[in-house]
Amino acid sequence: MSSNRFNAHQNHGVGIGLRIPHYRHIFSRKPVVDWFEIISENFMCDAGRPMEVLDQILERYRVVQHGVSMYFGSATAPDPEHLRRLKQLVRRTNTPWLSDHLCWGSVDGTYTHDLLPLPYTWEAVERTVERVRAVQDYLEIPVAVENVSSYAAFTASEMTEWEFLAEVVERADCGILLDVNNIFVSAMNHEFDPMVYVNAVPAHRVAQIHIAGHTKYEKYILDTHDHPVIDPVWQLYARAIERCGPTPTLLEWDDRIPSFDEVHAEALKAIRYLHRAASSFHASSSKDVILSARLSPERAEAVR
Amino acid sequence: MSSHPTSLEAIQREMAAAVMRPLTADEEMQATAPDGRAMSEVAASFIAPNSRLDAFERLEIYNRQYWFRVLGALAEDFPALQAIVGGRAFEALSVAYLTAHPSRSFSLRNLGSRLIEWLVAHPQFAGRRHRLAVDVARIEWAFVEAFDLAEREPLTREQIATLDGDSRLALQAHVQLLALEYAADDLVLKLHKRDKRQTSEAGVKEYEVHAAPAKLPGFRRRPTWVAAHRVDNSVYYRRLAREEFLTLNALRRGLPLGEALSAGFADSRMPEPRRAGFVRDMFSNWAELGWVCAPELESLIKT
Repeated sequence: MSSNRFNAHQNHGVGIGLRIPHYRHIFSRKPVVDWFEIISENFMCDAGRPMEVLDQILERYRVVQHGVSMYFGSATAPDPEHLRRLKQLVRRTNTPWLSDHLCWGSVDGTYTHDLLPLPYTWEAVERTVERVRAVQDYLEIPVAVENVSSYAAFTASEMTEWEFLAEVVERADCGILLDVNNIFVSAMNHEFDPMVYVNAVPAHRVAQIHIAGHTKYEKYILDTHDHPVIDPVWQLYARAIERCGPTPTLLEWDDRIPSFDEVHAEALKAIRYLHRAASSFHASSSKDVILSARLSPERAEAVR
Repeated sequence: MSSHPTSLEAIQREMAAAVMRPLTADEEMQATAPDGRAMSEVAASFIAPNSRLDAFERLEIYNRQYWFRVLGALAEDFPALQAIVGGRAFEALSVAYLTAHPSRSFSLRNLGSRLIEWLVAHPQFAGRRHRLAVDVARIEWAFVEAFDLAEREPLTREQIATLDGDSRLALQAHVQLLALEYAADDLVLKLHKRDKRQTSEAGVKEYEVHAAPAKLPGFRRRPTWVAAHRVDNSVYYRRLAREEFLTLNALRRGLPLGEALSAGFADSRMPEPRRAGFVRDMFSNWAELGWVCAPELESLIKT
């Protein structure tokens, strides 16, 4: 398993999201799992059952925190109480890195509790970079930003999503949580080739990969995390691993959650790609890391 | 708002306003903006279409997602309230409440924090069961608070034995005191879900409405005092005598123990000879449940 400074040089393997319907199984059977990802906001309380569960999990398993409401792209400032509680949790879990989304979701202190897409503008790059840097400095651990599934695009956008992602992570000097399912969902909703996106990601910054299922409607795809991973998403995953090297991988399953064993088995399908990539990656990695979507200075100037 | 928002802040304000605007009865985005513009025009001013969806339809996906998510979250925290007013009325109540008080917290856990005060001021949303509905909502919010508020080191029996009338105690934050008009706690216990929702980043497919109000036994007003609290990380309700409720309430307000006990027995009909034993039992229960703790331990314990 390859590692880099964006995942604190940790070799985590294949994990799954920690979800309530699996608690009983986990505590009674104590299954072997490489790691669990927790949603930070579910454990940012003072005490009670959530914290008891977390402490029991921490005794036995590696845990990485993943947030859903930092809103790196929100134009208005983050809530200091949110940051304070998040840091408190970081100290409790010793998470080696922390991720949240490259999106916005709050404005003037009002929260939508959704992962809203950003207009891919230079102003948004600057504001997002500022916030990612501030959060990373405050938390004192590596931060990775995750590409979101989106259903709308903005007339104001000045670059592609993958160009935007590359600009943000290079300027903020942070990692990427690459969600290949989100790339697939957005590609279908915005009519681009998902493989172009995967090929353009700054591979050396990928700290973690997410895989998940989704729901297809007549005119769009919704990122529901309630199905197994489909083959085209596995293909994107294979390509991502080919480019990034074997990377900590996490299956998300949030609705109509099947048994623990079923979810874990779905996640472990990633292993075949990881093994295949492990042998070929080291030979080619030195050439590949320079392939990045970041705009050249000339292109950047041209689109301003 | 300009007709074509271009700054990040302007785009986000325009989009948030559209996303958080209530849906129509058919769960569609409203056709007209509050300023009279067509929403299709508003959406097209900052959202690009694709070959299958126009700007309105793309924005509408987020409008639906917002309402499905927050309505679902509120319904999970107030299942008994939903049951007594009925699914349709609860949805109308929720939309009106969340329009007046959209989330101001990074956590969905706090979504219902102002529901009680709002419901008191808007009786029309709960119909003839309004006062019962307020009691039920208060119990359910107490459950949310008791579930995860802080617990400090409780005072031991030995420490409690050293207290005198000047001692100042603190109540555990998770102990929630309720003075109710109805004995609605049993009803809530029956209807309440014990498992708490977890936040996720996934899209939400729908918000299910359970239409009919629950059939309830006749409820008569009967002053009832209840504490919602946590033991071994599970939430329980405990009926309190009026005297115990008033004493605890006074302690929470920061009164010294002697004054708190005086407040507890003000206008009490309890015969004098019973009071000493009652107070002993009260302290014994508090010690067993770990309800009291020291604001500053050294100021409470005599050496």
